[in-house]
Order: sequence, then structure tokens, then C-alpha cells
Amino acid sequence: MSVAAVDLQDVAVRYGSHQALEPYVDRVGAGEWLGVIGPNGAGKSSLLKAVAGLVPSTGEVTVGGTTLRGLHSRRRATQVAYVAQDPLIPDDMSVFDYVLLGRTPYVGYFGAPTGHDRDVACSVIDRLRLGGFATRMLGSLSGGERQRVVLARALAQEAPVLLLDEPTSALDIGHQQQALELVTELREHRRITVIAAMHDLTLAGTYADRLVMLDGGRVVAAGAAHEVLTAERLGEVFHVCVSVDVDPDDGTVIVVPRRGFPA
Amino acid sequence: MTRLDDELHVTGAGTGAGDVPRTSTTPSPAGDPADGASEGAAGATSVLDEADRSERRRDVRWLVSGLAFLVGAVVVGASIGPAGPEWWRVPLALVDHLPLISLDSGVSEAEWNIVWQIRMPRVVLGGLVGAALSVAGAGYQGVFRNPLVDPYLLGAAAGAGLGATLVLTVGRDATVGWPIDPVQTVAFVFALCTVAVTYFVGAAFGGTRSGATLVLAGVAVVSFVTAVQTFLLQRNLDVVREVFQWILGRLSGSTWSDVRVVTPYVLVAVAVLLLHRRHLDVFRVGDEEAATLGVSVQRTRLVIVVAATLGTAAVVSVSGLIGFVGLVVPHAIRLMAGATYRRVIPLSILFGGGFLILADVPGRMLTSPAETPIGVVTAFIGAPFFVYLLRTRKVV
Repeated sequence: MSVAAVDLQDVAVRYGSHQALEPYVDRVGAGEWLGVIGPNGAGKSSLLKAVAGLVPSTGEVTVGGTTLRGLHSRRRATQVAYVAQDPLIPDDMSVFDYVLLGRTPYVGYFGAPTGHDRDVACSVIDRLRLGGFATRMLGSLSGGERQRVVLARALAQEAPVLLLDEPTSALDIGHQQQALELVTELREHRRITVIAAMHDLTLAGTYADRLVMLDGGRVVAAGAAHEVLTAERLGEVFHVCVSVDVDPDDGTVIVVPRRGFPA
Repeated sequence: MTRLDDELHVTGAGTGAGDVPRTSTTPSPAGDPADGASEGAAGATSVLDEADRSERRRDVRWLVSGLAFLVGAVVVGASIGPAGPEWWRVPLALVDHLPLISLDSGVSEAEWNIVWQIRMPRVVLGGLVGAALSVAGAGYQGVFRNPLVDPYLLGAAAGAGLGATLVLTVGRDATVGWPIDPVQTVAFVFALCTVAVTYFVGAAFGGTRSGATLVLAGVAVVSFVTAVQTFLLQRNLDVVREVFQWILGRLSGSTWSDVRVVTPYVLVAVAVLLLHRRHLDVFRVGDEEAATLGVSVQRTRLVIVVAATLGTAAVVSVSGLIGFVGLVVPHAIRLMAGATYRRVIPLSILFGGGFLILADVPGRMLTSPAETPIGVVTAFIGAPFFVYLLRTRKVV
């Protein structure tokens, strides 16, 4: 698996007459974690889906210098792995079979997964500490375990770019942290480039290298957490009353909701 | 698992930034001896390998059971009937007729003719019909991710019914001397056309982006076609009985030429679905996920639907509407052998074929006043069995 930067040239998404994402330009460095934040309907999912090729979009996305447009769908799947916001998880599929689906792009049309594909699935399962679950059915897993299994499926794809659409929105605070720690580990280990849409602003600021805030399909702020996450801007964009504290020791930006209506 | 969860918890919770060294993530398989997780990981791989091997052994066991069931059904189907040799002589005669084997079964030439010319076509056709309907049902359920879907959903049955009704009402007298029965041909063509109409209607309104649009288009087209058929029937009450008998489905009076007519289509359907069983497993995680895994969702769905429709249309036009099989056989197999299409597709073919052959046996014994329609028998045997499976097997 190679390490690859993602270049986004005027990527825009339009549903009928609704412009979900205005032309977006960015370069996400190899191994960088870009956090995409913004209120519901801001265009976060549209951006991820455009990169994943799931919605018709204009503009150009290149991964490690390769243009995704016009790439065969299987080739594309070896470049970009995508974890949906609310993935469909078949209850009666085993964890091993599910993770092995991540190898689909490498299996010929009429082929079958090879020994190597099985080895990759096994090693991902081990890495995500799912060894004890391999033969369990997905329906019998808890929310946190499912999240890890979905991540395992995406990692078995061995793509240099990982797109996460609100990966932790269904999890409690402990499992949120575990999932994000796991992504951090894997990113450091494999130098995967991560683009993640995130709801929790504090977590987004903590885990992402860089934040982009979208509103109404436009970029309203971009940069480090302490630059993007200001009480004033959050009040404007999210219509929320918050105070923003910065941990004096490590610079972590903490967004705290306050009572009352935004000014 | 608890321990590892805790470990993650602790390392993450300390700083928030999470820059505590995590030895358990070192890439080398030996790992850090200080961290117990590496042993666990090595153990997990061998556990995985073992689990993987036992799954593959199960695949083979089920395949062998399916083959045995089908062969057993063929022998039973050939052995039992109102006329002909004693039942226990028939298996001997069948073995005798295998190449390179000779043994004295005591079955006369005339008796063998009953077995070979009357029972065998019926048995083989039953096997083909059962296999085609079951595998088509499994395929449709797979691409639409809808457990209530059966092979008739997109209009194959309604179209065939309308075609047959048209021939029976309009042209019966005109076609008496024809070399081939136009009912079959017209039913087949109408079945395919109806499904094509459904597909285009679905595409026009939903761009076939979702399987749900296609299913709804099917509902609309089927009601329309059925209404036309009812109107025709109401205008021609004299053929109601004939049409009704056609619709109920039958294998009686099947000949080797019927078998020859459906075989190519059934083979195509079976081959295409067998080759796409892995794709059907990818479809289980949703269209969107399948697309990000590199599957061309629209095209693959079209290929599977066309193959399943071809098989369904062919068997419906020869044997009428045999309900229940296409819906329930795939589910029964999921409950018994697991839901992976790696097993569901081949086992639907084997068990579906065998099931219909067996279901045809009581029908031919209960011949008074008329032979019991096979669709009635399939539901009579199959429904209680299915309820039993639902009660005794947990899906998860």
C-alpha cells in the first residue's frame, strides 16, 4: 500500500437545483487527518461521497497523482476506502466474511478471495483485536464492536485514503474515544490519509491535524483547531451558545455548551 | 476483550492527545514481550485459520448433502407412481442403465418405458423448475435485499399468465395443428416483455438508482397486467377453467421435449447466478458500500435480474405458476446452512430441485377427481416445514 496525498480541485456537488457543495479546493497531505465539521446539511457528507465517487460531482480528485475520475470502479476502490455514517450491517453475516468483503476490489470478477486476501483479513482482525469475534454473527455485536468491524472492513481494502462519515455518532463517549484512538494508531502505523466528517467539535479538534468548517456548502473556516473553533464563529454557524477553553498544558481546544441562546 | 478495551481506554484517556506509546501496535509479528496482546494476536490467527477451515468443511458437507438429497429425490420420483414396476425395482433398473454397469433388475421393457418416458421427464422437469425458481428467488432477494421478494415479483408470472390467457381465448382453434404449443412460446415472450416493461418503468422514475423503485414498479406493472388478464377472462368465461388450470401449475404430462425447451434457459440462469454468488454477498452490505468496494452495482444487478428472469420465464411458461418454492426454499437454506450466498445459491439449486420432485409425488397419487396441482402440494408441505424452521432456528 502506498502513501498518498489527496488533491481536491474545485470539487462540487449538486442535487437537482440544490448546490450541496460549492467548488472545494484543498490538498490533504499524505498521512494527514483532515476533520470536516459543520452543522447538518453543511455539505460534509457530500464532500466525502464526492471523493468516494458515490454522488455525481464536478471537479477533480487525485490520489497520489492518480485522477479518480474515469478510473475503473475496482481500481478506485483500491485507492479510497469509505465508512458510511450508518452502514448497513447484515445481522447474519460473520465478522470474518464481512471483513473479507474489504478484499472485493482485489478479487477478479469471477474469482474468489485468495490465501493472501484471507491473510490480510486475518491480520486486520488481529490488529483491531477482533480475533475472538471472527466467527460471531454481526447481529450479536454491540455498537462499539460493530464500529470496529466496519473499520476493519475498510482497512482490509488497503487503500491509502480512508473516508469516515461521522464514524462515532452512534457510540457512547468511551467507544467514541476508542474508535478515534484506533484510527490514530492505524494512521500512524500505515500512514493512511484520513478525511473524517465529525459532529463532536472537541473530539474533532483533538484528533484531526487540521479542521475545515463548512456551512451551506461553503468553507467558512479552515486551519488548526484553536483557529477554527472560536465561540463567536460557532455561535454564528451552529447557532449555539458555547464557551471555548484551551488546555494550558497541551493546547487541546475544549468546546463547552452553555445555557442560553447565542448572541 | 474487556481487557483490551480497558487498555485502549486507559491509553486514550490519559492525555486526550493520545501520544502515549502503544506497544501493542508495533507491526512486527513478534511484538513486544512486555505486552501480552501479541501472544493473543498470534493465537487469534490460528483460531481464525481453524475457524476458516471448519467453515470450508461445512461448505463441502452441505454441498454433499444437497447432492445426496437431489439424487435421492430423483430415485424416489422415478420409483413411485400409479402404474409400472414394483417401486424397489426401479432404482435397480436405473443403476442398470448407467453406463458400464449391468445388473438384473427384473424390469421389463414396457415397464422401463413407463419409467423412462412418463416418469423421468416429469422428474427432470420438476428438478429444473424447482432449481430455477429457487435460485431465481435467491438472486432476486439478494439484489433487492428484500426477504419478501419472489421470482414473480417483476412480472414474469403475470406476463406469462396474460400470454397464456391470450392464446387460450383468442387463438385456440386456429393453432390446433401447429407443431409446437403456442401457449408456451407466447407465455415466455410475454413474461420477458413484462419484466422489461417493469425495468424501464423503474428506470424512468427512479433511474434504477435503488432496488426499491424497481420493486414498486413491479407491483404497478403486475397489477396492470393482471387486470388486463382478468378483463380478458371475464369476456371469455368458457376458457376460465383451462386458464385456471394453467395458472395453478402442473408437471403432469411433461415430455422430454418440455425438458429440452427449458433446459438451456435454466442452465443459463443457474450458471450466471453461481458465478455471481460472491457479488450477492457484497450486495448484502448495501448499494453504496458495494459501490465503494468496486462493484458496478447497476450492471451487476441487471445481469443477475436478467438471468433469474430468463430461468423463471422459461419454467413458468412450461409448468405454470408454482408458488412458494422461489420464496421459501432460499430462506429455508439460510436458516439451515447460513446466509452466505456462497452456500445459498448452490444449495437452492440442489434442494429446490429435489424439493419440487418430491412435492410432485403425492400429487400424482391423489388423482381423483383431478390431479392435485403441485403448487398446492408445495405449500402444504413447505409452509409447515418453514414454520418449524422459524421456530427452531435462531437467525442470529
